[in-house]
Amino acid sequence: MSDTIEVATIPITVDFSGGLEMLFDNQRRHSVSLPAVDSGGKPADIAFLISHLCEKLMKDPRAELFVLDSHIRPGILVLINDADWELEGEEDYKIQPRDNILFVSTLHGG
Amino acid sequence: MAPALCVNCKTERALIKRPKNHAKLCKACFITVFEDEVHHTVTSSQLFFPGENVAIGASGGKDSTVLASVLKTLNERHGYGLELVLLSIDEGIKGYRDDSLETVKRNAVQYDMPLKVVGYDELYGWTMDQVVETIGKKGNCTYCGVFRRQALDRGAKMLGIKHVVTGHNADDVAETVLMNLLRGDLARLARSTSIVTGDSRSEVKRSKPLKYSYEKEIVLYAHHKKLDYFSTECIYSPEAFRGSARGLIKQLERVRPTAILDIVRSGEDMARLVPGESSSSCACKGQTATTVAPAEDDIGGCGSQNGRTPGNEMATMDKQLRENEAHEALQIDMAKAMSESKNGNEKQKELPIRSGNSASKGGTRQVRGNCKRCGYMSSQDICQACMLLEGLNKNRAQIQI
Ligand SMILES: [Zn+2]
Ligand SMILES: [Zn+2]
Repeated sequence: MSDTIEVATIPITVDFSGGLEMLFDNQRRHSVSLPAVDSGGKPADIAFLISHLCEKLMKDPRAELFVLDSHIRPGILVLINDADWELEGEEDYKIQPRDNILFVSTLHGG
Repeated sequence: MAPALCVNCKTERALIKRPKNHAKLCKACFITVFEDEVHHTVTSSQLFFPGENVAIGASGGKDSTVLASVLKTLNERHGYGLELVLLSIDEGIKGYRDDSLETVKRNAVQYDMPLKVVGYDELYGWTMDQVVETIGKKGNCTYCGVFRRQALDRGAKMLGIKHVVTGHNADDVAETVLMNLLRGDLARLARSTSIVTGDSRSEVKRSKPLKYSYEKEIVLYAHHKKLDYFSTECIYSPEAFRGSARGLIKQLERVRPTAILDIVRSGEDMARLVPGESSSSCACKGQTATTVAPAEDDIGGCGSQNGRTPGNEMATMDKQLRENEAHEALQIDMAKAMSESKNGNEKQKELPIRSGNSASKGGTRQVRGNCKRCGYMSSQDICQACMLLEGLNKNRAQIQI
């Protein structure tokens, strides 16, 4: 972390597959230090992670391939420690240290 | 949130929530249930006979990789007695197939299946790169799609195999149902819902054993079984038409996951209302098994399903539906114009062929025969592929002069 203010972060790994790697440096696995709270002081959840990834990690301009109307694009599956995010509260799931979050697209050719 | 337990074994942690019934399953139970359901489709539709040679249309992508893996598993588990072969098509797009063909080669080793790769150049005398050099990037997905539709059949024929299975899934079928509904083309809708295509005149039978499998579950199956697959889009497909109907399907699924199978079943029900058409369905729904639809309009144009359209999917889809109709018209016009050795720019001829609505109006049905040139099933004297080839070859001749 850089000089001025010490920001508490949560260390997690984020994986992209099914073609989404293309949007993130063609790299499947990323180690991410996620700020523990969002700008409003709320604990970091999946919704915050998604906006964080768009702002900080994605270099590709085609953000609409990942998010639509600031939600994850329908057709992209989200797995939280290998479990469907629908079982974990979706966007409201509170990120824990060492979580693995996988985004996998179903939208690319079969 | 306390982790939910699997509703099946009640011991392991649930990792999957099934779109079709919301059942929460652990990894092992999910894999078993997924395989059992494909087995059910295979047996209730009587897809295979013992000792049958079957070619799996393999792209290295998720659907065909899962299909190969599941069929190998079921073939061994239930003693289908099938001889399975991987059949891959190389469109001849430099760089595009390199990685996917490498994937298929690894699959051949992993699944211990022979692999046959057939190129567009072998089948048609043209690679897609040469097509694009000749006609430019616009409209080339049409060529790619028309050529691919026959490529598996022609490739299978070369191998002496009479049955090709493809990885088309429930989302693919639902998408096709929806598009044909929007076009008002019930005849084609009916054909697209059939699990088996190809009739007595076609030498190669086509079927889709994953017809009732959700794309979501196919991806999860591949993930949890750690299957080796490759994802890419066709680099020549920025205009690909199927993307946004796909977007609508995915949005419907997000709101109501059962929507996808409901659309498939609605399509089957509508198919039964179309004179002379019928659709196969699961025997346990009380219908008779396997009926066969002609393969000519089988789904799957260009292999890419890029869900690229942001924003208003409905409006975009409407626009693209209209563009696609114009596009289909253009494609046949082009071939015609070229064959009359005019310059290929005239686009305004009337088309008697397959203009969306008219095909099924007033109960008139297309008469199906075989292409006079290549023998492939076609409602015209000359099939689409041969028409496109004629245009291309004329063009090459002109360039050479
Ligand atoms: Zn279980
Ligand atoms: Zn022909």
